[in-house]
Amino acid sequence: MAYNCVVPIKQVPDTKRITGDAMNDDGTVNRGSLPAIFNPEDLNALEMALSIKDKFGGKVTVITMGLPAAGAILRQSLYRGADEAILITDRRCAASDTLATSYILSCAVRKLDYDIVLCGRQAIDGDTAQVGPQLAEKLGIPQITYVEELLDIANGKISAKRNMGNGWQEVKCRLPVLLTVIDEANEPRVAIAKKLMKYKNARTPIEIQMQLKEDNPDASEDELAALAKGKIGTLTEKDLVIKQWDLDFLGADLEWCGRDGSPTKVHRIQSVVLTARDSKTVEPSEQSISDMIHELISDKTIS
Amino acid sequence: MANFYRDNDDIQFLFRHLNLGCVARIMEEGFKFAEEFDYAPADADEAIANYDLVLDSLGQLSGDFIAPRSEDIDRQGSTLNEDGTVSYADGIRESLEMLAKADVMGFTMPHRFNGLNFPNVIYSIAIEIVSRADASLMNLFGLQGIAETINFFASEEIRQKYLSRFSAGEVTGAMVLTEPDAGSDLQSCKLKAFADDAGNWYLHGVKRFITNGCGDVLLVLSRSEPDRSGGLGLSLFVCDRGPTVHVRRIEDKLGIHGSPTCELFFDNTPCELIGERKRGLAPYVMSLMNGARLGISGQSLGIAEAAYRIARDYAASRKQFGGPIEKIPAVRDMVINMKMDIEAARALLYETSRVVDHDNGYAKRLELDPPKDKEALKQIKDASRYYKRCAGMLTPMTKYFSSEMSNRVTYDSIQVLGGSGFMRDYPCEKFARDARITTIYEGTSQLQIVAAVRGVCSGTAEKYLHNLESEDYVKEVNDLLKILKKGTENLFKAVAFVKEKGVDYMDLYGRDLVDMAICLICGYLFCGQASSKADYEIAVADKRGNGQKETIDMKKRKEMIARRYITKNAALIKALSEKVLSGERSTFEQYQTLAGPVPEEK
Repeated sequence: MAYNCVVPIKQVPDTKRITGDAMNDDGTVNRGSLPAIFNPEDLNALEMALSIKDKFGGKVTVITMGLPAAGAILRQSLYRGADEAILITDRRCAASDTLATSYILSCAVRKLDYDIVLCGRQAIDGDTAQVGPQLAEKLGIPQITYVEELLDIANGKISAKRNMGNGWQEVKCRLPVLLTVIDEANEPRVAIAKKLMKYKNARTPIEIQMQLKEDNPDASEDELAALAKGKIGTLTEKDLVIKQWDLDFLGADLEWCGRDGSPTKVHRIQSVVLTARDSKTVEPSEQSISDMIHELISDKTIS
Repeated sequence: MANFYRDNDDIQFLFRHLNLGCVARIMEEGFKFAEEFDYAPADADEAIANYDLVLDSLGQLSGDFIAPRSEDIDRQGSTLNEDGTVSYADGIRESLEMLAKADVMGFTMPHRFNGLNFPNVIYSIAIEIVSRADASLMNLFGLQGIAETINFFASEEIRQKYLSRFSAGEVTGAMVLTEPDAGSDLQSCKLKAFADDAGNWYLHGVKRFITNGCGDVLLVLSRSEPDRSGGLGLSLFVCDRGPTVHVRRIEDKLGIHGSPTCELFFDNTPCELIGERKRGLAPYVMSLMNGARLGISGQSLGIAEAAYRIARDYAASRKQFGGPIEKIPAVRDMVINMKMDIEAARALLYETSRVVDHDNGYAKRLELDPPKDKEALKQIKDASRYYKRCAGMLTPMTKYFSSEMSNRVTYDSIQVLGGSGFMRDYPCEKFARDARITTIYEGTSQLQIVAAVRGVCSGTAEKYLHNLESEDYVKEVNDLLKILKKGTENLFKAVAFVKEKGVDYMDLYGRDLVDMAICLICGYLFCGQASSKADYEIAVADKRGNGQKETIDMKKRKEMIARRYITKNAALIKALSEKVLSGERSTFEQYQTLAGPVPEEK
């Protein structure tokens, strides 16, 4: 029995390389200041989807909502073995919060034939972990969050092990289902050499248009359109055009998208600087370690 | 997050400097494969982009995944289980799975066997990168020559049976050559191959020191002609490691602990003949070993690069006498010499790989598609002969030079770290242990010299050096070219003298002659790099703390390297030449007296 997987992914600023100018004055992230990368836990979700495909067969589709530059992570997904990649790009998506994003993604996922939707637990820019669960709600399907291990899929049911932070839970539910996957789940595979060689020239239509504009600064709009049509035609023959959807194609209700559809307001930005103050040396003996543990439990540092 | 391809400025520069388009054209046979395989390149630019992307991905895998496992691999080693199977160290097993998933186990295999069809020069870069992460893993990743040997010499049926499985990373292989009484001297192999009445072949006997002898597909050199001694009695066979192949022990070694070295017993193992009978040693195993020698050269480089980086960092950060130890002349000299030694070896390996690619390309062209026109045919035949001779000389040279270099550099790396380098807290001691085998296996340094010195004395070196001399160089290196020319004269004065004295004398001074030739070749290669058409800016060592990044054009830096290398070696070449011209023969005449009696056992 084959299962079709959809993996919503996100291009994020590499917050590990954060510097002073990483944030705008209004509290939003200054995306220009940091290199854009594949959100790490989305790679874990993709890996889980690809291993489902390896084991049971089926198709893996990745979708992302983002700027044209997000084509990069779609290609990286194709390099790793995804069968199809879709970019949702539309100016009217700008400033979407988690609610609007999950709404737009739900419109896109509905257009696809799926059994399992796999999301990374959370993105390293916003760290909300909300989009996966909201997407499940909007699709009206059950969700299993914090998946550390996929145990089995059989007879229309899936069982998985969730990491609850202080223990594990095994859950079983009916398909279709949405999973959010944590980084402990697996080691994401690397690019497959022959897919790298094949898909290195894969582009979304908007990337093709932007490149042509850059290469032909004096061309008129009509000339550019003609060039783009030709280029898209050649790449289509080689199966190298990445699908691109906009909100009209999705039939999305614009009131639910972008700024209008986003009730989240940033209240205040706080710069938290962690500094060490007191320190305490613990002897490496059974007794003192046990004392330390008790102390930490009683002051609720750990529970 | 580390990428062992991107973070290496010298590799980045050489990738741009080398004429990879030319190599790509040869490999892709005029880019005819693009129609049949959607990933095959349609032109040179695309091929180069492919090389770059795959190396980038491999560099990332090496830096992020393999290197962090290296220490545990060294500590854990391989295990011979009670049921006769061998378990790799966990890190090796995991890394191999990753390499298979990354689809890089058929690096040089043709497209039709699911390979990448990459040239040797790119494979050499890949081997260096993987070896920097873990030297012992190279003994599995770098054994792709086994598949290549099957591809070159075996029947189509055998190719079909094995090659795609190699490319998919489903199987690993082993070169099963050495025996207890046949080490360097493979001609004295005894392992018996015999055929039954139906013409099916079987193997019987013992092989020793077999790298990855527990691999799935074994290429076995064995005596198929019982009444014939020497190399002409030997044939090459392939077999699966089935129940009749027993791993009797695995060796307890100084280094490369992740690579299991097995003793094998073949108990009437069914096998298939590769190519023709009696051709096992020459040309099949010779060809196999030549490929493997490039691999060991790359492995040596990778280990040296890893060791150098630790030393470079330590010299800058370790403070003694009120400042970093790199302020001390003896230390900074050692650090630069390590770096220069690595770059010389890299230049020689990549050049050798390029020559081997040309050699293979011309041979293939003559076999598959010889030109009809007589003049064109002659030109290709001449070129083929030239490249074959150069490959025959340069391959043992690069194996010898890189492996000795790796031992020097890892030794000095410990020296720079002082007491800390001797401790297992730092990886330098592991690098030194891993490097030690490189001058021994796939032919000792002494045997590489025996092969290389024949090229040096037969006119090949003369022709090759002459061609290097007549290339275009920037005028800034004119004075260096003069020094090289003088050095070449010194070399050939010594060669002429040796020829008069006979073969024994040539072998006695082989190392000196080969050292001279390598100094000259690397000198020219450095001048070529200084004259490169490639633009590549690199950061000058960041003065710690000041944060300002100063950059320099790599060509300018290479000019400095060339200057230092050629100037320092000019005196050496002169001295070596004089040594050869001395006619000193005590090694022959006074051996017993000088070496003293053989120690008696107590």
